Amino acid sequence: MPSQTRERVLDDSAHSAPLISVRNLHKYYELGETRVHALRGVSLDIHRGEFVAVMGASGSGKSTFMNLLGSLDLPSSGSYKFEDTEVAKLSKVEIARLRNRKIGFVFQGFNLLGRTSALENVELPMLYAHVSSRERERRAKEVLSLVGLRDREHHFPSQLSGGQQQRVAIARALVNHPSLILADEPTGNLDSRTSVEVMEIFQRLNGHGLTIILVTHEPDIAQYAARQIVFRDGKILGDTPVGVRMIASEVYKTLPQLEED
Amino acid sequence: MEFASSFLVPALRSLARNKMRSGLTMLGIVIGVAAVIATVALGQGAGGQMQSTVAALGSNMLMVFPGSVNRGGLQVGAGQTKSLVVDDENAIRNNVPDVEAVAGAVQISTQVVWESNNWYTQVMGADPSYFQVRDWTIGAGSVFDDEDIEKASNVAVIGETVRRKLFGAVNPIGQVIRIKNLPFRVIGLLAAKGSSGFGQDQDDIVLVPLTTAQRKIVGITWLNMILVSATSQGVSDVVQHDITALLRDRHRIQTGSLDDFQVQSMAEFANTLKAITGTLTLLLGAVASVALLVGGIGIMNIMLVSVTERTREIGIRIAIGATEADVQLQFLIEAILLSVAGGVVGIIVGEVASLIVDLALSWTFSISISAVSMAVVFSMTIGIAFGYYPARRASRLNPIEALRYE
Repeated sequence: MPSQTRERVLDDSAHSAPLISVRNLHKYYELGETRVHALRGVSLDIHRGEFVAVMGASGSGKSTFMNLLGSLDLPSSGSYKFEDTEVAKLSKVEIARLRNRKIGFVFQGFNLLGRTSALENVELPMLYAHVSSRERERRAKEVLSLVGLRDREHHFPSQLSGGQQQRVAIARALVNHPSLILADEPTGNLDSRTSVEVMEIFQRLNGHGLTIILVTHEPDIAQYAARQIVFRDGKILGDTPVGVRMIASEVYKTLPQLEED
Repeated sequence: MEFASSFLVPALRSLARNKMRSGLTMLGIVIGVAAVIATVALGQGAGGQMQSTVAALGSNMLMVFPGSVNRGGLQVGAGQTKSLVVDDENAIRNNVPDVEAVAGAVQISTQVVWESNNWYTQVMGADPSYFQVRDWTIGAGSVFDDEDIEKASNVAVIGETVRRKLFGAVNPIGQVIRIKNLPFRVIGLLAAKGSSGFGQDQDDIVLVPLTTAQRKIVGITWLNMILVSATSQGVSDVVQHDITALLRDRHRIQTGSLDDFQVQSMAEFANTLKAITGTLTLLLGAVASVALLVGGIGIMNIMLVSVTERTREIGIRIAIGATEADVQLQFLIEAILLSVAGGVVGIIVGEVASLIVDLALSWTFSISISAVSMAVVFSMTIGIAFGYYPARRASRLNPIEALRYE
């Protein structure tokens, strides 16, 4: 099974270099006397425009894998190339730049700055990209419109619902026009209805060509992606295209109407 | 402008979020800076006060006293000898350049009597130039002149204290007082000078012509001292040297032998005072800066707490692309804002405190630019020094752990 998918991926790479290329990736943590082997040789390619769901139980290594992809951590051995660049060879400043310009993070806990307006939260990544304040405001408003929150730009996170907070977080992830959105359990704290809303945004963005990698343990959420990678014990157990892909905008229509948020 | 919107505004906002905490942290710096400013200002005020006291005595004045002499192996104490004479005074006046005025004097402490009142005071026999050298101005009447010296007239000029003690409400001019049972006509009253700053009442004095004092009151031919005023404070060293050389020559003192006189210059005295007050100010400032140091430790403490509290925020910032330098700068700016704001308030508090003390002691108040700029630089340095470690700690956080931090 995995060998089949490998061939499929290699076929794709014939006409475009992969966005992400991982070869024999290992990661271990030293916990006192014992060594925890979190990743035991992972290899895969992800191309531009893909929508990948990474699945697996806790302890399967999927979180470690996501941290490596997000360059929040570096591998113990093996190669991770992002846009043909070996990430481990980059300096700290270059890695920060990679996170800032090329990768947009969406977290389970939203991770917005408290007591900071939605607009300012969205402006934050541009601050570190040294974008002028006027341009920051313009672009932040633009992406807030994209997630349908233009009218809530001056609200603090505490004044927003979970779904709205996650949409602000998505807007923040998008604002520097990244090559990749890394979403770590983005629907983990949301009810099923708002989860579908969030997946609708992801599918829409993916439709415009944005690469999305989504970590989830919910099989039905993974159905919105186009490709599923399953981790177990630090290895890839399966890497398959999603057979019957769910379309969030269609699912949304079938959901019973609830009160307005 | 970009810097302000990117770093300054967020820093101010985060400080404003914890007003109580920021205020208390600042208070440490406020107290430290205020203490430094106030002690330095008061030290300088005290120094200035002493300087003006010396200036009132005449900062370009030199005093020549008879010194110890060796008489057959016996050292005779300073001030007890007959080594200074009127001829020495004249020699100085005629031979030493840059000398404005020279006044020989003899003095004795004795009782003066007017009618039924009496007062124990200092009677000074002096040349008319004494008034010029000591910078005395006449309040009423006149001073004695060269003719009075020549004739050894029985005239006296009295100080304000003596007038008050002897005459009370009566006009002293023209009255006759008795000194050592000799009658003296009071011809002048000195304008009050007040205390010398060393606790000595300068107005407690009776001045008579030098010759009168020598011949009729004390009964000596020599002088107790010669006062010399140099043309300026700058030349007083040269004048001091010239007088020493002249008197050594006149007194035929062999090379290697000790002087039988001593020349003291007020400039020298002023410098000594300046050194003493300078050292004192430095000492007080050093003690006060301990308070500043404690304030700095307070900043470090609060910044460390703040970094721990905001671990998650730091994690988010790193995840969305903040470099180590960005995070470090953010916390450093907060620390510097705290310390500089504390410094500015401290300067105001310190200056107001020293203004109040100066007013109370009727000293002249002046804002010391050097102390203010020192305080600003100091508090900024403290912000950087004590903010650096917490800021560095923040920038080195592991983003994965920081994002998991609750």
